[in-house]
Amino acid sequence: FRKMEQEMLKCLFLGFGLQKIRYPCSKKDPFPGEAPIPHKQLQKFQRGEKYKVPAGARRRLKEAIISSEAMSELAQKQAARYDLLLPEDAGFLEGDEDEDTNTISQDDIADAVDITSGSKYFNLHLSQFGPYRLDYGRTGRHLLVGGKKGHVACIDWQSKDLMCEMNVMETVNDVKWLHTEAMFAVAQKRWLYIYDSKGLELHCVKKFNDVLRMQFLPYHFLLATASATGFLQYLDVSVGKEIAAVCTKMGRLDVMSQNPHNAVIHLGHPNGTVSLWSPNQKEPLVKMLCHRGAVRSLTVDKTGTYMVTSGLDRKLKVYDIRAFKPLHSCFLPAGASCLSLSQGGLLSAATGDIVQVYQNVLGSSPVSKPYMAHRLRGQIWGLAYCPFEDVLGIGHGEGFTSMIVPGAGEPNFDALDTNPFRSSKQRQEWEVKALLEKVQPELIGLDPGQLSKVDQASFEQRHKEQVEALGFDPLAKDKFKPKTKKKGRSSAGAIEKRKRKVAHEDQRDEIRQTVQERTERDKEQKEKSNEKKKLGNKSTLDRFRK
Amino acid sequence: MKVKVLCRNPDDYVRETTRDIQRVPRNYDPTLHPFEVPREYTRALNATKLERVFAKPFVASLDGHRDGISCITKHAKSLSTVISGACDGEVKLWNLPRQECLRTVQAHEGFVRGICSRFCGTSFFTVGDDKTIKQWNLEAPGYGVREEPINTILGKAVFTGIDHHQRESTFVTCGQTVDIWDEQRSSPIRSFSWGVDSFSCVRYNPVETELLASCASDRSIVLYDTRESAPLRKVIMQLRSNTLCWNPMEAYYFTCANEDYNLYTYDIRHLDVPVTVHMDHVSAVLDVDYSPTGREFVSASFDKTIRIFPKDKGHSREVYHTKRMQHVICVRWSADNKYVLSGSDEMNIRLWKANASEKLGLLSTREKAAAHYNKKLIEKFQHHPQVRRIARHRHLPGDILKQKREQREMKEARRRREQNVRKHSKPGSVPLLTEKEKHVAAVVE
Repeated sequence: FRKMEQEMLKCLFLGFGLQKIRYPCSKKDPFPGEAPIPHKQLQKFQRGEKYKVPAGARRRLKEAIISSEAMSELAQKQAARYDLLLPEDAGFLEGDEDEDTNTISQDDIADAVDITSGSKYFNLHLSQFGPYRLDYGRTGRHLLVGGKKGHVACIDWQSKDLMCEMNVMETVNDVKWLHTEAMFAVAQKRWLYIYDSKGLELHCVKKFNDVLRMQFLPYHFLLATASATGFLQYLDVSVGKEIAAVCTKMGRLDVMSQNPHNAVIHLGHPNGTVSLWSPNQKEPLVKMLCHRGAVRSLTVDKTGTYMVTSGLDRKLKVYDIRAFKPLHSCFLPAGASCLSLSQGGLLSAATGDIVQVYQNVLGSSPVSKPYMAHRLRGQIWGLAYCPFEDVLGIGHGEGFTSMIVPGAGEPNFDALDTNPFRSSKQRQEWEVKALLEKVQPELIGLDPGQLSKVDQASFEQRHKEQVEALGFDPLAKDKFKPKTKKKGRSSAGAIEKRKRKVAHEDQRDEIRQTVQERTERDKEQKEKSNEKKKLGNKSTLDRFRK
Repeated sequence: MKVKVLCRNPDDYVRETTRDIQRVPRNYDPTLHPFEVPREYTRALNATKLERVFAKPFVASLDGHRDGISCITKHAKSLSTVISGACDGEVKLWNLPRQECLRTVQAHEGFVRGICSRFCGTSFFTVGDDKTIKQWNLEAPGYGVREEPINTILGKAVFTGIDHHQRESTFVTCGQTVDIWDEQRSSPIRSFSWGVDSFSCVRYNPVETELLASCASDRSIVLYDTRESAPLRKVIMQLRSNTLCWNPMEAYYFTCANEDYNLYTYDIRHLDVPVTVHMDHVSAVLDVDYSPTGREFVSASFDKTIRIFPKDKGHSREVYHTKRMQHVICVRWSADNKYVLSGSDEMNIRLWKANASEKLGLLSTREKAAAHYNKKLIEKFQHHPQVRRIARHRHLPGDILKQKREQREMKEARRRREQNVRKHSKPGSVPLLTEKEKHVAAVVE
């Protein structure tokens, strides 16, 4: 008995260092090997497809690809396992058996949840200065409201702490936070103004005139503005220079959204088209015809796969942006003037003074009834979800309303990217790092991962030049040479047999080459004969022919 | 109704006191981290630029010799001692951390042709132009006692190189013949020769300790086995090799420094074609030494530069030069893989960092992690044109740059001429030789 005790103690101490715990009696681990990871979780961290080893690759290339694929798999598994440690869960709202969730009012929800969550439903009665546009900061802490008649205020909405409030004495078309809560941009009647969070005017950018809408691209530090004169302009806020001014030639640019996955700007036009722009081209990247009437509002989801648009033809359409295909459309009795997609995939559509929130819009089937609905006092002018909270901010004619939408926000944030609880020191450090890895605007395109792909065209060009320069192809496969020291099997007949086994491969390449050459030659000859025919038929009497 | 709204308790996300570290909850979901590839590319670009900014390889210069330095050797057991021999017969022992000379010995009259230290770390051997082999004590003699060698052996001809066995008390010298000596005897126990009048360098294989290689004056490299009575085989090249060095990690590879401005790595099993041809120097390569990891080697050349090559690449990754450093005669890589020592014509030994932008000294874990991350980023994006342009950029002295351009033109001209000859002659009559095949003349068993 004592022996067993001693052995068990030994195993306990050893088990701290080893992965496998050896039991004193020869029992086997009932769950041998690694813990399994659910496939969906693993898929979440998959980036691109596995790279296949190309046929005819050299040994070094094969080894490099195999080892790098193994590393990627390990990284994927480790990231998927870490998902267990995420602290928060998403919110939800479920009605009783015969109760529809869209009949539940905000007051009921606020009463049913705890005090802090309940205080997230509040109204700011600002009926004097016109319908309000709003913007939440990236961390979801700070709220910026701008009324059409000139009232601009920024508040920390969770503590209701007023950071600044002023009236700029001009029409305010749009307001946007810049990269931190220290600066914001206001598109006023004539020019673009940049203010400090204390309300001090920092810059008046006269190059940007008649700005109607703005979008901030956080990883490029670019403020994209759409103007009433049809210009799409990009301002680099870290350097203070205008990067690009694109003349869209499509009239007044009223509807604007960004694709957070690839930083492409989406503009909606009165003829029903949606165009996609990048600062590197004078023409749109893509033009899509989306609606029969004018496009009233559009929004793109955070993965850059789906785009939701609403138009004057009272339709709400969902498109797959990667393949540019329509997925489904549904009919709204009154067209939605504002659309917004949350981090959790909830779509909010505003028509007049009613806001409706839809769930599972981006799935395969169209949605019949809304998840939640809320009626407000004034006409809705702006709609935005708060980034990491279950809150929807609504700017309307009578002020600002904050509405509780369970399930809207992303429950777990990454503190190295955006941390709502950051201290000022952490914010300063983050700002420096973000500026150092600011992405250059030349890299904005439809596929953000293009830098990681092999540039096949320029490789082939270089290979051609190399073959010309050297006189032979260094990458060509050598013809099969059989080994001649095969312990009695190296007679002439045996060598011929071995050569014949592999001969068909070499032959196939040769045949392919000759066939290609022949077809090219035939093509050339045909073209030449066609030209000759054309020339041969010409004569001076042609002008009299009918 | 059942309802749950996201509500975070700040106590879980904010640190308790200012003495704690900050809390950093992570979520690795790729949708929260867009633009992975462009951001990593920008970080790689920054890392490459910073690497060039911090590339300051020169550490120290050891001053004191009164004639050019002809050979250096490392202490077998201590990282901080180095022994160097000069062309006026002086041998100096140096302490590297304090960069001062510990001891000076007038070892020979004439050049000190070779030095090697014994594996036990208590003595070292020198050979010189006065046809003697002397064994000296590594400890300094007491006060007032004259500096005397432990042992002196007189030979018949000038010895040009010496190397000591890794474990046994035998050493090998080369001069007119390659001789294997036992420390107790005063005549060689075995002599190898193959119709050659002089050998310039001999080296023991550090892994397969019975193998030897030597560079001969008939442009060949001869391989020996001490268990056999005759040399194994030799490979004859176009031009003479000055020195050679065995790869300390792979027993069958050695690299020789040749007069035709190249270095050749050979596999002793297939001597007909070199494994790699390393080209970058613009003048004769005089010395070569491998790093203890066996992945890189350093070469010293008559063109006043030293270059560091990866073992499998044809071009150098680094070049070190100074206005004050003249023709570099000998070079050694320190045993902790961090430093390179070069001895040159103008009486100075220079200490360089093997990785030019490495931070010396004790690094914190965060610094180490950042250094590893930057290194991996540069490796990942090394083929992108902007990153490659910055990573490759090295300043070269004016004459070397001019020489390089000239040599490139000459090479292009020769290649064009060969192509023209091949085009205008019967197909197959002018054989196509790869770069590797061009340099070996013959292999003799």
